[in-house]
Amino acid sequence: MTDLQKWIQSNTYHHSQFWDLKKLVEEKERQGLTVSLCLPTLNEEKTIGKEIILFRSELVNRYPLLDEIAVIDSGSEDKTLEVARNFGADTYLASEILPHLGEKKGKGENLWKAIYQLKGDIIIYVDADISNIHPRFVYGLVAPLIYRESVKYVKAFYDRPLAFSGDVRASGGGRVTEILVRPLFSLFFPELTAMIQPLSGEYAVRREVLEQINFPVGYGVETSHLIDVHHKFGLEAFAQTDLDKRVHENQPTQALGKMSFGILQTFIKRAKALGVIDKADHETVLRQFQVKNEQHEQIEIELMEDERPPMIEVEEYRNKFNRKLKKVK
Amino acid sequence: MAKDKMQKIYRRLPDIEKRLREMSEILLANLVMVGEIPAPTFGEEQRVQFILDRFNEAGLTECSTDEAGNGIGVLPGSDNEKSILINAHTDTIFSAKADHTMQVNTDSITGTGVADNSLGAALLATIPYIIEELDIKLRHRLVLLAGVKSLGRGDLKGIRFFLDNNPFDIDSAICLEGVELGRLSYNSIGMLRGEIICRVPESYDWTRFGDASAILTLNEVINKINDLRLPKRPRTSVVMGSISGGSSFNTIARESSLRFEVRSESQEVVDEIGERIEEIGIEISSKKGDEVQVDIFARRSPGGIDFSHPLTRCARNIIQELGIEPRLAPSISELSAFIDKKIPALTLGLTKGDNLHKENETIKIDPIYKGITQIIATLLAIDGGYCD
Repeated sequence: MTDLQKWIQSNTYHHSQFWDLKKLVEEKERQGLTVSLCLPTLNEEKTIGKEIILFRSELVNRYPLLDEIAVIDSGSEDKTLEVARNFGADTYLASEILPHLGEKKGKGENLWKAIYQLKGDIIIYVDADISNIHPRFVYGLVAPLIYRESVKYVKAFYDRPLAFSGDVRASGGGRVTEILVRPLFSLFFPELTAMIQPLSGEYAVRREVLEQINFPVGYGVETSHLIDVHHKFGLEAFAQTDLDKRVHENQPTQALGKMSFGILQTFIKRAKALGVIDKADHETVLRQFQVKNEQHEQIEIELMEDERPPMIEVEEYRNKFNRKLKKVK
Repeated sequence: MAKDKMQKIYRRLPDIEKRLREMSEILLANLVMVGEIPAPTFGEEQRVQFILDRFNEAGLTECSTDEAGNGIGVLPGSDNEKSILINAHTDTIFSAKADHTMQVNTDSITGTGVADNSLGAALLATIPYIIEELDIKLRHRLVLLAGVKSLGRGDLKGIRFFLDNNPFDIDSAICLEGVELGRLSYNSIGMLRGEIICRVPESYDWTRFGDASAILTLNEVINKINDLRLPKRPRTSVVMGSISGGSSFNTIARESSLRFEVRSESQEVVDEIGERIEEIGIEISSKKGDEVQVDIFARRSPGGIDFSHPLTRCARNIIQELGIEPRLAPSISELSAFIDKKIPALTLGLTKGDNLHKENETIKIDPIYKGITQIIATLLAIDGGYCD
């Protein structure tokens, strides 16, 4: 078994492993940890009320896992803040946190300002557009941090097959992940291909890590986190939890193009800074995911993009067509 | 005596309502979670399991499902001499394929089946918690029933199975319905429910262009039913609930169906109209050569307790004490099953709602607390023996 496969086995969880919330809360309290939930919003009145009710009922009242639920809003024009306040969340406008540092537009801005505004030793970020919200979105992510001191950054992935035959099936992320991010990681940061869904918007992180890393304000925030945390703390700082299924509105392809463009900018900036651009020549293995017997495993695909020279350089060709090799300056 | 004791309950009402408001998150979270589990009639297992999980978490010692699939939780009383049942049907009219996402707004919740009857089921799941928080000590045993196979072709099979086979000797019962706050049902009317299916036979002579159509046949059936003379007294009606049939613009419809219900204060009238509808089926079938099948699959008998029964009176007074106008309406739902067993029972509504049985079914959040206060107060009155 490769090291990467070992990591996948020991650092990949399923939320059902953490069903015992009583035990989880006891362990949290024993360590004296505080946990904050941050919901970054922009026009999310349809889903925000439900998220807050569920988290407050299950993870504040019933099992006090969360010490704080805060909505950090980018200036919604609908009733997002009113609904959130009504159901008992703390609400903040991103622009009013550290106002002298100016205002940048994007989800990453809210996540970054949350570090200043929120009190917890652990901050969990959950997108506010999830229509099948459930307490597992929080406890599934926070539990590896509470149970394992070495884990610092836990990322969600969603993998619930509806129907498949045989015992091996493909797994992995969405379109941008599989088309853009996984090939890029395979080339430049092979260890990061161990993350099944590097772009998922739900993650729980220790404050000591959050305060040490940059936050692109736009689409690149997840990608940059992975690269920076990996660089500073190594792969062992990560874990990932399968949260089954996440229902949200699908993005049209053009929006994905925008997203990819943002990610690429962030990526190239980091790849250059870390001096890994030249490494691309050596890596010829694409790492994708499959599930076999309920276990996630990587498949390594050797993909050597070989090339042929211009035909004019082939002697037989020149003889047949009576062509001459011209020297081009 | 009972009057004085009821005064005691009335005095508690504002405090109960206030305390319930403080518990709103648990209730609303249960509502969202229950409501997002699809539960078409005959497919309620997961929803029942969720409610049982809640019973288990609340420490109810006895909770399980029965053979019919009903979820049952028992809260022992101090002397367990009698058993009070609170029942909510868990099934909804929506298929499992429908979008079951609940949307929580500032003052309302929208989603398929939220009023009928996810709210009732969610309250049932929350009752053990409410009773504990309000520090209510009951004398009698409280049996909580998450009923299955109630609606449509389910025809109350769940609740009937429970009433035939349970060991508790139920003394009185409250049925929870999401809407409408103020609703007080204590009796049942006579009813029969059925489906008429018209089919053009496979061997039909298709050269008889335009003449053959299951829709035209059904149309004739409908006209005939419409021509039936219904008495004004006892009050009687035929509800044509839904029709379906055919498959496209230009293909002759080979099958069509009508779902209907006959309701009357008199059992004889219901039976007579049922017979007439069956005859209409035979008549049209023989005339047109199409198959007309009349399938009557559910019946209810009129009955119930009186308007002046102490249970009715108690509930009515509590509703009025809460500043709500009682709306008396006969019921053909689970109440009928209790009536058949001669168990005094009521159906009570919990809140106000809109768009009932549509995909944007909506309930108001604020009136729920009065709705639950009414249930708790009625339970206290029954337990105190003021409704006997």
